[in-house]
Amino acid sequence: MTSPEPLLQVRDLRVQVGERTVLHSVSLDVNAGSLVVLMGANGSGKSTLGLALAGHPAYQVLGGQALLAGKDLLALPAHERARAGLFLSFQSPPDVPGVKNNLFIRTALNAQRESRGQPPLDAFDFLTSAKQAAKALGLPEAMLGRPVNEGFSGGERKRNELLQLALLQPRLALLDEIDSGMDVDGVRAVVEQVRRQRAQGTAFIVVSHYLQMIEQLEPDAVLRLDQGCIAETGDLGLARHIAETGFASRTAPAGA
Amino acid sequence: MASPEPISTAQALADKPQEAPLEQALQRPYQHGFVTDIESDSLPPGLDEGTIRAISRKKKEPQFLLDWRLAAFRRWQTMALPDWARLKIAPIDFQALSYYSAPKSMKDKPKSLDEVDPKLLETYEKLGVPLHERAALAGVAVDAVFDSVSVGTTFRKQLADVGVIFCSFSHAVQNHPELVEKYLGTVVPQGDNFYAALNSAVFSDGSFVYIPKGVKCPMELSSYFRINAQNTGQFERTLIIAEEGSSVSYLEGCTAPQRDENQLHAAVVELIAHDDAFIKYSTVQNWYPGDEHGVGGIYNFVTKRGLAAGKRSRIAWTQIETGSAITWKYPSCVLRGEGSSGEFFSIAVSNHRQQADTGTKMIHLGKNTTSRIVSKGISAGHAHNAYRGLVRINPGAEGARNHTQCDSLLIGPHCGAHTFPYVDSGRADAVVEHEATTTRISAERLFYCEQRGIDAQEATALIVGGFCQAVLEELPMEFALEAKALLAVSLEGAVG
Repeated sequence: MTSPEPLLQVRDLRVQVGERTVLHSVSLDVNAGSLVVLMGANGSGKSTLGLALAGHPAYQVLGGQALLAGKDLLALPAHERARAGLFLSFQSPPDVPGVKNNLFIRTALNAQRESRGQPPLDAFDFLTSAKQAAKALGLPEAMLGRPVNEGFSGGERKRNELLQLALLQPRLALLDEIDSGMDVDGVRAVVEQVRRQRAQGTAFIVVSHYLQMIEQLEPDAVLRLDQGCIAETGDLGLARHIAETGFASRTAPAGA
Repeated sequence: MASPEPISTAQALADKPQEAPLEQALQRPYQHGFVTDIESDSLPPGLDEGTIRAISRKKKEPQFLLDWRLAAFRRWQTMALPDWARLKIAPIDFQALSYYSAPKSMKDKPKSLDEVDPKLLETYEKLGVPLHERAALAGVAVDAVFDSVSVGTTFRKQLADVGVIFCSFSHAVQNHPELVEKYLGTVVPQGDNFYAALNSAVFSDGSFVYIPKGVKCPMELSSYFRINAQNTGQFERTLIIAEEGSSVSYLEGCTAPQRDENQLHAAVVELIAHDDAFIKYSTVQNWYPGDEHGVGGIYNFVTKRGLAAGKRSRIAWTQIETGSAITWKYPSCVLRGEGSSGEFFSIAVSNHRQQADTGTKMIHLGKNTTSRIVSKGISAGHAHNAYRGLVRINPGAEGARNHTQCDSLLIGPHCGAHTFPYVDSGRADAVVEHEATTTRISAERLFYCEQRGIDAQEATALIVGGFCQAVLEELPMEFALEAKALLAVSLEGAVG
């Protein structure tokens, strides 16, 4: 990675969940507009990284540092991390019964706009842009009027995450297995959305095992997480190699 | 009713991290706490036959009504306070209350709003009820009750054109005594319960609605109640009659100024729906709930009942209860007409030290009668919220059906929710269904909202709004907005 200050700087991040230390020491940089793919066996700490950076109350940070555009993320409550430009696409997005999708996203967007000193969008203006975004993602408009994720299939929930990504326009997005549960069109929508937002400077950390999508995403780097540490750093070649041989053969950090 | 163990009791568990914001919520002052400086023309405290004669004389009532009041009073003297609800109530000294209070400047009743004491109008403004503007804009006729005397009735003419009578109860007694005499006490008899008997003896004023045969009431009818003079129990009496094929939607909302002493409110509402008539009765109740120790709130002991007398008649109760120190209230439907139906949609919020014991009764008498109950209880702080419902199917109620949905939401570690669904079925073929859920505002849902930039407080308001959506949808539009704002204010800071 080159040039100025990285958008995200993580240094020696250590995280505990319950009694268990899940991240032992993670350091990484992500530049604006770049994309890092995170791979690793189940339980290696991929989801933990995202949830800890986003401020989930069950994930206790034991030490280390995380700066987003120079802002100390770990000192902020979860909603302020989001307002600083951090977006996490959930592996299993929960439902919010009775709360209509468009109200939910507009409330979120206006909370973020307010923190940036921008005027709120009214329901009409918001709906116009929400409809456009939904159309671009191949989502039916009706999804905006339905309660958040209530009765949505796994794939619909993931598309809904994608819709929020498009409308909230974060500076850094962590996508945790966004491809799981999605059909071919869904995956294509992910790739296109990521490409659009990267061109506007959004940085991405993508957790995925799906090589075909990873290739289409054109990552700047591929990292392999193992037992809470970054065990390998590479490019698409690493992703291809993992896809071919699996994680089991690589458990001992190779020092590669 | 006996007082058995609750069918389901959910008690919140200790949950340390939520404690600090909860304390903030508990310390939140009541927003509508103020006292209007108007001299009151009140009776001295105390209650005997002389008090009742004095009330009746002040109101220039016909003999039948005085006799009716006195009969109720004699009945009341023989009755005991009900004790079956899950409530802790400090003893009430009924002789220490004053049973009549009228704002003094109202002695010469105003003919229009222009003549209304500006201070009264100011009070409504503070409460967010700009009577003249809002009523006109929303097309809502408002019969405002300030203490015990009705002032400023609007839209009376438009209603009169279609034959609808919408006026204060006192006005009805003077101008339509035959209707009052025919229907008063036919749904809630004098001796129905302790508070209904007391109300029957001393009621001061209230609203009266009569919808003639075949008339769809052209506007929502709205009435704002509030308690103002200190130490004055309020005893409203409301009577709504819908003739064959008519329909009406009635809205009631209220707030009260801050008080140090508990104030008693014991209203009676009677609804009568004839063949094919529909009455919808909606309430937003936001009376002073007491301070963080539960001191000073309103005692709300209300008897509301509708008689679906005619074939295919329909009665729907919708209520949003956020106020009062103690709420004791069971809007009920007696389904007598063949094919008649009753509905009850309720949101009850209790915070601080509030106690709410509320629910409904659906009494199925006629054939093919149906009822539906949707109850949403929300508890926060140290509050306890009980749903108490009775579904009774009489032996003659062939083909009767009921569906009950009863959901509780707990916010914070110290509150409780309790469900008492009684079913008393006299028929083997009756269909009675009951669903109940208890949920907490889950950490995952809260975090999901926060991750999108919505803080915990706003997220709570969103989730509570979602939880209540099924009931809010039943409210007339402008009322739903008001109710949503009220829910948000009532629970501000309850989660962090």
